[in-house]
Amino acid sequence: MEITAIYYLIPALIMFCCGVYGFITRKNMIAILISLELMLNAVDINFVVFNRFLFPGQMEGMMFTLFAIAIAAAETALAIAIIINIFRIGKKIDVRDLTKMKF
Amino acid sequence: MESVGSIIMYIIVALAVIVFSVLAVTTRKILRAATYLLFTLFATAVIYFMLDYEFLGAVQIAVYAGGIVVLFVFAILLTSKPGDNSEKLASKSRALGLTAAIATLAVAGYSLIVRAMAFTSKPEMDAPDMDRIGDAMLGTGTGGYLLPFEAISVLLLACIIGGVVVARKE
Repeated sequence: MEITAIYYLIPALIMFCCGVYGFITRKNMIAILISLELMLNAVDINFVVFNRFLFPGQMEGMMFTLFAIAIAAAETALAIAIIINIFRIGKKIDVRDLTKMKF
Repeated sequence: MESVGSIIMYIIVALAVIVFSVLAVTTRKILRAATYLLFTLFATAVIYFMLDYEFLGAVQIAVYAGGIVVLFVFAILLTSKPGDNSEKLASKSRALGLTAAIATLAVAGYSLIVRAMAFTSKPEMDAPDMDRIGDAMLGTGTGGYLLPFEAISVLLLACIIGGVVVARKE
């Protein structure tokens, strides 16, 4: 058995689909954020796998993943700050209860 | 041809990625979802190590598993009581989610499977050492990433200020 690129891409694809499912069905905002992290992570795997299998010796995919990890960290920190602020106002972080900004 | 050990290692990691990411979105206890996310991120780090990107695997463990998951756990403990179950899904939203996920899986999976023969085995590569990574990250010439590096540092600064402004008490 030879482990080619597709053996890494299929688990990443399943991880991404789990993220899509969770993003649509979950109502808790933190659970939605967790699904978002799953999707980001699956995309990062794809970048690294294509870098390794198609362009070994170059580092573009790896660098992109490095910067994507940094941006994901920043985005999560800010999102959690917003969620805690919403919790302080309404005591709930369920997306169905957040209707203040509907017109 | 791969050695038996690396095939066994691959099977364990692929199973861990699939099982833990499914569990992370289907469990009803939010703290368990964060724990399963942690395991998924560790499995991803192992994938990076298997592909010879040691630095990237270390960054994945340090930033994702060490930073982001801790942040998640803190936020969960601040916003929900322990033992809280999320309510059962309405069948409509579950059907919608399953449809979207399976449609994604079908389209992307089909386009991968029909090209399965085009993928070749892993080419030889000497793992990028820290010298090369550092040169690339702070280089200004071809293949240098100084500008995105500085942009990220400004972004992190803006994120710190934004986090303080959003989360502080009035």
